Amino acid sequence: MNENQGDITILVVDDDIDVREQMQFQLEAAGYNVVTAEGQIPAEKLLETMKPDLAIVDLMMEHVDGGFALSYHIKKIDQNIPVLLITGVTAETGFEFDAQTAEEQSWIKADALLPKPIRYEQLIGKVKKLLNR
Amino acid sequence: MEILNVLVVDDEPGMRSGIERVLRNVSFTLPDIDKEVSISLTQAEDGEKAMEMIAAQRPDLLLLDHHLPGISGMEILEQVIGDSAQSPEMLAVMITAYASLETAVSATKRGAYDFLAKPFTPQELKATVRKAARHLILQREARRLAEEKRQVRFQFISVLAHELKAPLGAIDGYLNLMQDRVAGDQLDAYDKMIGRCAARLDGMQKLIYDLLDLTRIESGQKNRQIEAVDFRELAEQSIESYTTLAAQRDIAIELYVDSPVPMTIDRGELEIILNNLISNAVKYNCDSGRVDITCDAADGAVTITVSDTGIGMAPEDVEKLFGEFTRIKNSKTQNILGSGLGLSILKKLAQLNGGDVSVTSEIDQGTTFTVTLAQHQPIDEAAE
Repeated sequence: MNENQGDITILVVDDDIDVREQMQFQLEAAGYNVVTAEGQIPAEKLLETMKPDLAIVDLMMEHVDGGFALSYHIKKIDQNIPVLLITGVTAETGFEFDAQTAEEQSWIKADALLPKPIRYEQLIGKVKKLLNR
Repeated sequence: MEILNVLVVDDEPGMRSGIERVLRNVSFTLPDIDKEVSISLTQAEDGEKAMEMIAAQRPDLLLLDHHLPGISGMEILEQVIGDSAQSPEMLAVMITAYASLETAVSATKRGAYDFLAKPFTPQELKATVRKAARHLILQREARRLAEEKRQVRFQFISVLAHELKAPLGAIDGYLNLMQDRVAGDQLDAYDKMIGRCAARLDGMQKLIYDLLDLTRIESGQKNRQIEAVDFRELAEQSIESYTTLAAQRDIAIELYVDSPVPMTIDRGELEIILNNLISNAVKYNCDSGRVDITCDAADGAVTITVSDTGIGMAPEDVEKLFGEFTRIKNSKTQNILGSGLGLSILKKLAQLNGGDVSVTSEIDQGTTFTVTLAQHQPIDEAAE
């Protein structure tokens, strides 16, 4: 466990309770504080009272563009909060996106994408990379 | 208004203009299928021209002279109709100079829909066109309905696949966490993960049972067994199977039925109806809530009401309630598992049994489902 990460707070937004639980387990095991919300609107409400160091957002919540809309909202609050978008899209539609190039990042308001299912090393690796920028 | 494009192929100018005169500005109604049809006419003086025109724009109906210079009427038939997989929506009527049986047989073999023997009267021409139009429009309607059905089926299967994948993904995720020993030596964290896996498996199992119910209902009721049953007895059994679940959350279930209510119905179907109603009333209740069940028999109908004191629904959610896989998602329902098929099944069964379902609901006050059923199902019908 990394004790020194206890003052870093990560917001996890997903409409599936089990995805939230699992990410909370993984992130807390790595020593982060975790706050969860079940959708775009509860997350926006939460953001009125707290500012996370990083946000992990599911792309497909109740509305198809819920994840995009929330990323945009977070970036408007503070451009420097890194946003990690979780996608189940690739597996279901074969449609792939990435947020590597500047052009892609300009319309996908996210700093990185992570496809489901989420493995521990991948998640923690991405989180560390985003926090260190 | 449907427009029927008719192409007349005849080498005699007199015949072409005669047909044109009869069919120009003709429109007719097909009352049995509630359609009005008008005709748009084009002409070709020989087979070569006709093939060109058909290639450019397929007409709906071909009035085809048997004797043509160059490509014959039969050859055109063979090429454009015989290949019927490619031209399911074009009909040909053969115009023959003499009504010989031989010509008729060989044209039919090549896919002609009908004949007109020269000379024919304007009435005969109109009647033939009308008959062909009716056939075409019915064919189109049937195809459109089949396509619609295919779409609905496809959508159902994609949503179903998603609903089956979600719990698998969740369980897979927990297994990975446990394999990685993410919680270290905190054993209660693993218990929690196992508990969630079990809950998602339960949900998946319920979905599969519901699917089987739905399939059974939709595949015709070959296995229906209409028999004499007592509503009260079945209701008591159903309540019994939910008492443990209800007791865990201190929910009281009360049946307000003083005497037996005889019904003639498929026992399994009534059980599904009752189980759906009662399990919903328990699931969507609040702790220490109530479930009240009443039943009235009058004028050959049985009216069942199941009221809960639960979380209720907004009016806009009530409207969506009976669709397949529509589950109301909000912070109050997020931990409640369901297949999203239960109410769709309930409605289908109620309608199958000569009744229907209605709902009244108020947020945080509760929901009342009212199901009406015919008290006695006709036994003969089920034996079919």
